[in-house]
Amino acid sequence: MDFQPSETRRMLADSITRTLAKQCDYERRRAVAYEEPFHDPALWDALAELGVTGALLGEDKGGFGGEGFDIATVFEAMGGALCPEPMLGQLMGLSVLADAGADCEAALAGEERLALAMGEPGGGSGLEPPETRARQADGGWRLDGRKSVVWGGGSAHRLIVSAAHESGMGLFSVRAEDAAVAPYAMIDGGGAAEVSLDDCPAECLIADGQAALDRAVARGQLALCAEAVGVMDHVQGLLAEYLRTRKQFGVPLSKFQVLRHRLIDLCVELEQARSITLKAADALDRAEGTRAVSMAKALVGQAARQWSEEAIQLHGGIGMTWEAPVSHYAKRLVMIDHQLGDSLWHLERVAEAYKAA
Amino acid sequence: MDLSFSEADQRFRDEIRTWLAENLPAEMAKKVAAGDELGKADLEHWHALLNEKGWLAGGWPTEFGGAGWNPVQRYIFEEECCRVHAPRIVPFGINMLGPVLIAFGNQQQKDYYLPRILNGDDWWCQGYSEPGAGSDLASLRTKAERDGDHYVINGQKTWTTLGQHANRIFCLVRTSAEGKRQEGISFILVDLDTPGIEMRPIRLIEGGHEVNEVFFSDVRVPAENLVGEENQGWTIAKYLLEHERTNIAGVGYSQEAFGKLRGLAQKLKRDGKPLAENAMFATRMANVECALEAMRLTNLRMLMEAQARGDAGSAPSMLKIKGTQIRQEINDLARRAMGPAAAPFPSELVAANIPHPAPADHSRSAHSYFNNRKLSIFGGSNEIQREILAKQMLGG
Ligand SMILES: Cc1cc2nc3c(=O)[nH]c(=O)nc-3n(C[C@H](O)[C@H](O)[C@H](O)COP(=O)(O)OP(=O)(O)OC[C@H]3O[C@@H](n4cnc5c(N)ncnc54)[C@H](O)[C@@H]3O)c2cc1C
Repeated sequence: MDFQPSETRRMLADSITRTLAKQCDYERRRAVAYEEPFHDPALWDALAELGVTGALLGEDKGGFGGEGFDIATVFEAMGGALCPEPMLGQLMGLSVLADAGADCEAALAGEERLALAMGEPGGGSGLEPPETRARQADGGWRLDGRKSVVWGGGSAHRLIVSAAHESGMGLFSVRAEDAAVAPYAMIDGGGAAEVSLDDCPAECLIADGQAALDRAVARGQLALCAEAVGVMDHVQGLLAEYLRTRKQFGVPLSKFQVLRHRLIDLCVELEQARSITLKAADALDRAEGTRAVSMAKALVGQAARQWSEEAIQLHGGIGMTWEAPVSHYAKRLVMIDHQLGDSLWHLERVAEAYKAA
Repeated sequence: MDLSFSEADQRFRDEIRTWLAENLPAEMAKKVAAGDELGKADLEHWHALLNEKGWLAGGWPTEFGGAGWNPVQRYIFEEECCRVHAPRIVPFGINMLGPVLIAFGNQQQKDYYLPRILNGDDWWCQGYSEPGAGSDLASLRTKAERDGDHYVINGQKTWTTLGQHANRIFCLVRTSAEGKRQEGISFILVDLDTPGIEMRPIRLIEGGHEVNEVFFSDVRVPAENLVGEENQGWTIAKYLLEHERTNIAGVGYSQEAFGKLRGLAQKLKRDGKPLAENAMFATRMANVECALEAMRLTNLRMLMEAQARGDAGSAPSMLKIKGTQIRQEINDLARRAMGPAAAPFPSELVAANIPHPAPADHSRSAHSYFNNRKLSIFGGSNEIQREILAKQMLGG
């Protein structure tokens, strides 16, 4: 057994962290994450330059990573700085393109941004089968329907869209300018979009798309777990520092036993989250990958809520302000559980194994 | 033992219900149901309607223009208001300063300020907390120095809720540095138009403007604005906190929020079935409903015991801890129910004319969840409430 990251991954993580420290400090992040285009195109280019997009696919597909640990490395480092770049869409989009045997070069280089348009309105988990319809016309494909809360949808050049057709569920490629895309900020920063497809021209990537979609989504779920670990790790520093410096009743808050114990409970949860995320990264492409990813997402989702609520509470009024970095970290931690299945959804999937065969 | 309301209480409830059905403006109720922020005009209009009926200050004695209700009646009123999504009464004048003036104010102050609170001539805000004095309120440093027939105030208050609407602020200020810290504090009324006062907004986690910082530099306030004796402020502050904590359990609000959640869970589909039929989700709903029903009775039981005993005892602290936990858990479920659709900033969608992906009336669930994290922080944090209870029980 060896829990040390490889030299290459450690270096990648370090260079992402250094770049974000320069180009995505608290103030800059607050300025870009809530204003159109809800991320920083210059930072996107810088990250692509570092090889972040290239690390999302394996060598056989033209990248230089693609394993669970590569994905976890990238997203944990981005989580530490609350980086609002739409990398989740890139990861899932690239996974589909690669499975389709399509050309990934521009997206691997970061020149083309991708978003996965999967969820639909109505308040479901976003993982239900699509009602968006695809049909063949004039030798091509046409899509009709509406996609909802498409992460990174406003800044993507290309949308990878799930749609039902006569013989199943397919994955389609749509040029952003062919769809009606309405972008907006999310409550925790970063952009999403509502996408209307009205007789929209599309290219069919995979006609029988379920397996490829599942693979893409599993990668996304792992990425979110790793991101949450990065966020929690950063909040750990913020919270410890605050408890040491904020004084009430003539002493630092760190003197109050109840607060000390609560911080330690959080730290234990963080280590648990780290471990289960490692497991998910390790198992990602094996048969038990789906269940391992769900175990991770279920545990991390609960740990993240606890971290979020406690970080706000122990900061007192300051934790409730827009001005304090901790509030944005806290929001992200809660909202991660709203992406690609919440902890209850994943617990249910973990529990499926208990059913008698 | 009889857990049902008396016949008189039932009649009281019917009267409230009938009046609300006839008088609560539908537009207003709609906004409250959707969790939208109410503007100053809406809140003032609601106050005016209640005042006309004589119900604005439910807890004040009738001789001061109140309704003279007992705690159970006040509870029933709150429950009925929540049931139909009536706006919340702005507490600073009605529930905080009013009772203080009635208990500690001189005749002139009562005669002048109480009617103005009822008529809506004054909008009060609460100037207790300071950057360095939150849980440890007695460490407050904003100074008031006597200069002839004025006090001169220097310092800073913060977290001043809805100060942007207010024309007056009641403050705790330091009038003496001698002796115990609690013994050098006074309670004073300040007109926000006085030169030397500056108010700045604080933006909250979910993006809203609800609290403010207030800066005082050489602000001259007439000495007659002092309430009670000089250096008696701490006693008044404690009295006020007790009043702030009546109905602190927020049972009515939790019931309202739970009702909404139940409707939402029936409407939303998860994997082809109503979310309410999803065992994982339904279990969490059932758990919080059990806690809420117990809290409804705990609240009434403690209100009645306090009434019989003549003092609140440990009730407010207990009710605050559990009441806020329940409300926050309901908020958690309401945002969770929405899945990814909880994420958009609703105001942005409105501005860009984009239809919200979630059912109408639920678009602000994540906002409410984040905003209501305040419930366990303000009015004495839940940690401080536990300290109070532990001291009562174990000493130390
Ligand atoms: C939205 C909002 C509205 C508000 N409105 C008003 C208003 O209108 N007027 C007004 O005067 N104030 C208002 N407040 C201020 C509120 O009362 C304070 O935030 C509260 O008293 C906590 O103080 P603090 O923020 O300084 O936190 P701190 O006192 O610094 O506390 C930080 C953390 O340490 C914990 N802690 C502190 N001391 C102890 C201890 N001895 N043992 C264990 N734990 C401890 C606290 O519980 C908290 O978790 C408002 C606050 C908020 C968030």
